[in-house]
Amino acid sequence: MYGTGILKGMGVTIRHLVNSFVDDMRFLGQRYYSDSSMNIRQGTEGRGVFTVQYPDEKLPVPEQFRFIPFLLYENNKDGSTTDRCTSCGICAKVCPPQCIWIERSSDPDTGRPIPEPTNFYIDIDICMNCGYCAEYCPFDAIKMDHDYELASYDRTEAHIFDKARLDKPVEYYASIRPTDYLAEETARAEEIAKKAAKKEAAAAKKAAAAAKKAAAEAN
Amino acid sequence: MSDKDSSGTLPVNEVASDSLVARFDGEVHSDTREGYEGYIVAANMLPEVANVLRDELGYDYLSSVTGVDYIDENHIEVVYHADQTAGGKGINIKVQLDRENPVVPTLVPIYPGADFQEREVFDMYGVQFDGHPNLRRILMWDGFHGYPLRKDWKEAYYEEDVKPFDSRWPGGGVKRSEADNPYGKNVSYPPGFDINNWTPETDDSLYESLQKTTSNGKSLHTDSIVVNIGPQHPSTHGVFRMVVALDGETITDLQPVMGYLHRNHEKIGERNTFLQNMPYTDRLDYLCSMSNNFGYALAVEQLMGADVPERAEYIRILMAELTRISNHMWAIGFLLNDLGAFQTPALYAIRARELILDVFEATAGSRMMCNYMRFGGLARDFPDTLRGEDTVQFITDLVENTLPKAIDELDQFLTANEIVRSRCIGVGVLPPDKAIAYSAAGPLLRASGVPYDLRTADSYSIYDRFDFDICTRPNGDVYDRYLVRVDEMRESTRICQQVMRDIPAEGEIFSGKPQYNVRVPAGESYGRVENPKGELGYYVVSTGKANPYRYHVRAPSFVNLTVLGELCKGHKVADAVVILGSIDIVLGEVDR
Repeated sequence: MYGTGILKGMGVTIRHLVNSFVDDMRFLGQRYYSDSSMNIRQGTEGRGVFTVQYPDEKLPVPEQFRFIPFLLYENNKDGSTTDRCTSCGICAKVCPPQCIWIERSSDPDTGRPIPEPTNFYIDIDICMNCGYCAEYCPFDAIKMDHDYELASYDRTEAHIFDKARLDKPVEYYASIRPTDYLAEETARAEEIAKKAAKKEAAAAKKAAAAAKKAAAEAN
Repeated sequence: MSDKDSSGTLPVNEVASDSLVARFDGEVHSDTREGYEGYIVAANMLPEVANVLRDELGYDYLSSVTGVDYIDENHIEVVYHADQTAGGKGINIKVQLDRENPVVPTLVPIYPGADFQEREVFDMYGVQFDGHPNLRRILMWDGFHGYPLRKDWKEAYYEEDVKPFDSRWPGGGVKRSEADNPYGKNVSYPPGFDINNWTPETDDSLYESLQKTTSNGKSLHTDSIVVNIGPQHPSTHGVFRMVVALDGETITDLQPVMGYLHRNHEKIGERNTFLQNMPYTDRLDYLCSMSNNFGYALAVEQLMGADVPERAEYIRILMAELTRISNHMWAIGFLLNDLGAFQTPALYAIRARELILDVFEATAGSRMMCNYMRFGGLARDFPDTLRGEDTVQFITDLVENTLPKAIDELDQFLTANEIVRSRCIGVGVLPPDKAIAYSAAGPLLRASGVPYDLRTADSYSIYDRFDFDICTRPNGDVYDRYLVRVDEMRESTRICQQVMRDIPAEGEIFSGKPQYNVRVPAGESYGRVENPKGELGYYVVSTGKANPYRYHVRAPSFVNLTVLGELCKGHKVADAVVILGSIDIVLGEVDR
């Protein structure tokens, strides 16, 4: 019969409408403004309203989410800070839109480059958030951020991030990407342990050789 | 699975090689350069060779036409890739032309699908296609100076031939490129071109070229008028313009005008290193970035001979098929928008897509600009948890329950709807022979009853391990294109279910050590995938350096538009909008 298709389709719309109220009742008080609300609203069980009322509420971003790089520094015990960046320039070389500018610093006396950038610029208008800099940095010194609310009124000055703006402590990184941080720290610890073991082995070998030599000489 | 890919396709190629070279003695040579394959054809023999290819050897489908500027050898090469819709490996033929005066006979009478692509080569390289019915610039405008893809052409913000640029490190002081290219001084015009006294001649000639005959003469006398739909029009899916000649309300002719979103993707690609191109491919068809990555990775892996670990292959296919579902959801939703059912169907359709994007975001780091694949594997593995759930559990649940349910609901919501049916059935009919001739691809081709799908026709990755059907429909109208998309989503969920069942639980996702400067041996490759919108091909030429010498994208949306004018003739204006919606274009890919 003509019209049954339309009626069936409208049935779907009505189901959606009714379900939005049913779900509100079923998950009373849990669907909005709570930590788990998104999982209820957009999870497999949810059949009601799906949308998020941005900016009143925000979807939690997953750990791998990437938006604009930042630079890491370590807080030392004496209150000073150390940059992880050695200004090796790999991030600037791998950057597809070429939005990274690094000024390498050099020793005022000898003129030789020292492994710390004088300044570090990222033009975030050009940055395409590909994440290559973080992916290929051998020192885990540059990472992708989670902060995506960067709108400003002026694009010429405000959108060129310098080192002061880019610098963030390692603790911040550990808080936004705990799994990655843990994996990197474990790998680093293993690397150090490996190196130490190698060194020890080499020293032991050397000592053994010396002892042998001494023994031979004594004979 | 189709049974035709198992029967040997190589013999046909061998026959082709023997007969082509023997038959056109002295006019056709095998391409013997290191890393190259195919045939080099003398320019004047091209139409004859194409005729033999199409009629005798079964290469009835012209996939891609492009050019390469070999500036050191002082010639421009036009490269044609042809395929058999019966399945099997493709063939490529090349014509070498003088750089100063490149002229080649057109292939439009033999393969009408060459129309836009030849115009693009003309636009980018200045190659004259002798006998082309409408040889105008297609992506650039009249006042554009030079041929941008020639190696000696430089863009306004030119810094160096190839990235990385020296100024970035170690000296670098930041600089905005606008500072060097102030507005008003950043363009140059062709000699003799006066911008102040310029009237858009192209438009006049375009309007002239439209066929405006009023055929019937029996009914009311109506004036023929020309109407511009777009470039700023909500129904054109972006900045796209359709110039229509109308007789009353019936379309007598239609010319698409494009290029408003052109950014010379391919030139950027030639400045980039191989790896740097990967995130740029995301921006082609920005609804399907995963499968764009896939195609480019395949093209470069062919050159490198890189192996992809088992687990990575499975994840690649999962991502590509999820992309297909999300793209078709989008396409159907917005087809309904074009039909006048504003937003409700679109929102129901993209609701499930949202969960697919969640998978992408948690895995690749971005919802749409995924940049997920690398040469020899993937950027990273699945995360442990996704939205507080175990990732494997989440995805399995998605492909077993949520997506099939969403597809069924969409089906129930729309398929039987009488308004949808009356607006779609019999509209924009594309017969199978015409679909092949016009190089239509993807759902557009399969809705015309041609079972051509690269996943089986020229199987890549590990698609041969999965059990799925190639969906076709017989009528070739808008309604069938809609139905093919629904069917394909169902098949895609089937593939995804098999992936989640068979995927090795542990394993490498990248072979070798990740490198930012990959070594790619010299040669050419044509890597292609069955994108949701059709065949997406990357023609990459390497000279062994860090940057591709040539990087061409055979964009399905662009080539599919070739047939738009034909489809719309005889229909009403409102139908043109629907037909365009049923082709499913993304302007990021059309204009590149």
